[in-house]
Amino acid sequence: MFLPSFDVSILPMPITKEDVKYIAALARIDVPEDKLEGMTKSLGGIVQYVEKLQELDVADVKPTSHAVPVGNVLRPDIIKPSLTNQEALAIAVEAKDGCFKVPLVIE
Amino acid sequence: MNLHALTAHALLDLFKSGKASAKEAYEAVVGRIKSIDPKVKAYVHLSRSQPHYAGEFQIPIAIKDNLCTKGEEITCASRILKGFRSPYDAGVIERIKKSGGSILGIVNMDEFAFGSSCETSCYGPTFNPWNLQCVPGGSSGGSAASVAADEAMWALGSDTGGSIRQPASFCGIVGLKPTYGRVSRYGLIAFASSLDQIGPLTKDVRDCALLMNIISGYDERDSTSVNEPVPDYTRALVNDVRGLKIGIPKEAFVEGLDAEVRRAVESALDLLKKQGAVIKEVSLPHTPYAVATYYIVATAEASSNLARFDGVRYGLRVQPGKVRKNALVDMYEETRSKGFGDEAKRRIMLGTYALSSGYYDAYYLRGQKVRTLIKNDLDQVFKDCDVIMTPTSPTVAFKVGEKVSDPLSMYLSDIYTIPANLAGIPAISVPCGFSKSGLPIGFQLMGRAFDEEMLLRVSYTYEQNTEWHLKKPTI
Repeated sequence: MFLPSFDVSILPMPITKEDVKYIAALARIDVPEDKLEGMTKSLGGIVQYVEKLQELDVADVKPTSHAVPVGNVLRPDIIKPSLTNQEALAIAVEAKDGCFKVPLVIE
Repeated sequence: MNLHALTAHALLDLFKSGKASAKEAYEAVVGRIKSIDPKVKAYVHLSRSQPHYAGEFQIPIAIKDNLCTKGEEITCASRILKGFRSPYDAGVIERIKKSGGSILGIVNMDEFAFGSSCETSCYGPTFNPWNLQCVPGGSSGGSAASVAADEAMWALGSDTGGSIRQPASFCGIVGLKPTYGRVSRYGLIAFASSLDQIGPLTKDVRDCALLMNIISGYDERDSTSVNEPVPDYTRALVNDVRGLKIGIPKEAFVEGLDAEVRRAVESALDLLKKQGAVIKEVSLPHTPYAVATYYIVATAEASSNLARFDGVRYGLRVQPGKVRKNALVDMYEETRSKGFGDEAKRRIMLGTYALSSGYYDAYYLRGQKVRTLIKNDLDQVFKDCDVIMTPTSPTVAFKVGEKVSDPLSMYLSDIYTIPANLAGIPAISVPCGFSKSGLPIGFQLMGRAFDEEMLLRVSYTYEQNTEWHLKKPTI
């Protein structure tokens, strides 16, 4: 089914190191210089593989975002019991005055 | 009597006749875990809470490390969630507890369910009970290995692209991915929200039906949960497939499929034919695009779902020594870089790329459109066929380390299982033989949405006429 007869090595490399740096910044992941080459290669290989999808004509096809169609699901606006402030903060890395505490953002 | 080696339904019979108690069963399984798990390494940790003995189904269960269980450390086998003690129970855990189930412990998985071998776990790999040099499959590898090694009566896993069925097949047990919306995802730490579904891993088909009875049903806390009546799945356990139509996709039995797997699945098909099923060759022309579609849709959703792990609220937080951008952004980046493993980073970045400006139409939108084509292929076949049969995985369990450096070849391990997730339909893996090297083989049945009963009926008929499910590994 399923099995691809597709040699990815013949295609040009679609992803550069600069692309990877840009994506890493968007994803808030730091990719150190010595890992950049490897990540570029493995991401490039996968992107080449998914290029396969460009073969199909999908101009008139509707996208599927959920397999089982359900409409917007709304609930009555009623307050129900939920985690207390104390329960929620019990797992906090750092908490202060009933809030999660983060590093200083504005001097 | 080795209580730990029994199925859940056999145990329930013993409880009823007074020949064994739930306490004895629980203690037998814990004893088994203590003696065997140092070799198998299915468990991440044993439960911190004491078992309780009340309710109709007092069966000891293993829980995948991505299902929130109150008071337990739940980490998705990732460093980034180390120390997260869940303050609440997932919908399925509530149902398990209400039914009388006792949680044995939390079992291993690929980090954030990203993998097909259990090797990307921050705890190290789990091993296949049939051959400790092989992987148990993934991502629910700990769930499958614990059940196959009699370290749990049954287990819960989750399946986004085959993560219940492929490990079930590798470990020689039964695994079912229910219809999308059949089981509440409330409290399941999300990987790809439009594909994820929780399901049972069990020693036989009857246990699968019993566990489905416990976990299925509507939950208003999961807006994609579907409000359809839940049947008694044990009523589907009839040894009769006369007149049922089984579709065999011609695309499934091609080059790349292991010869032993092929033979085992073909003889399973012959058996069902002898039992009166009608076999029909069908075509699913867009399935060669399923893996590519999946790796766009699933990684895009994952990159969004995993954005919440940033060190702000819970789990890991790492502040770098010197300022790079500003204190907060540095903290996000350092936490995520230290907290996620390589495969998680790769998938988050792939998904970020597929959703990024300029590439959205070419990748994500196109992926969702091809998803429609794959779903339409299946809908077309189900107009005429009751189930579709394929192998669960193109190979038997591979060696630990064999595929870990080649992500693409690892992804192709899920070629048969991915279409059911993309289409939202139910699918089951059932043991159907062994390779010469002694590793289990499974076949997969896919069915119409909300027709788990048909899958159970065909699987049960097969099981009643074979003995594969009774075989046990020597560990």
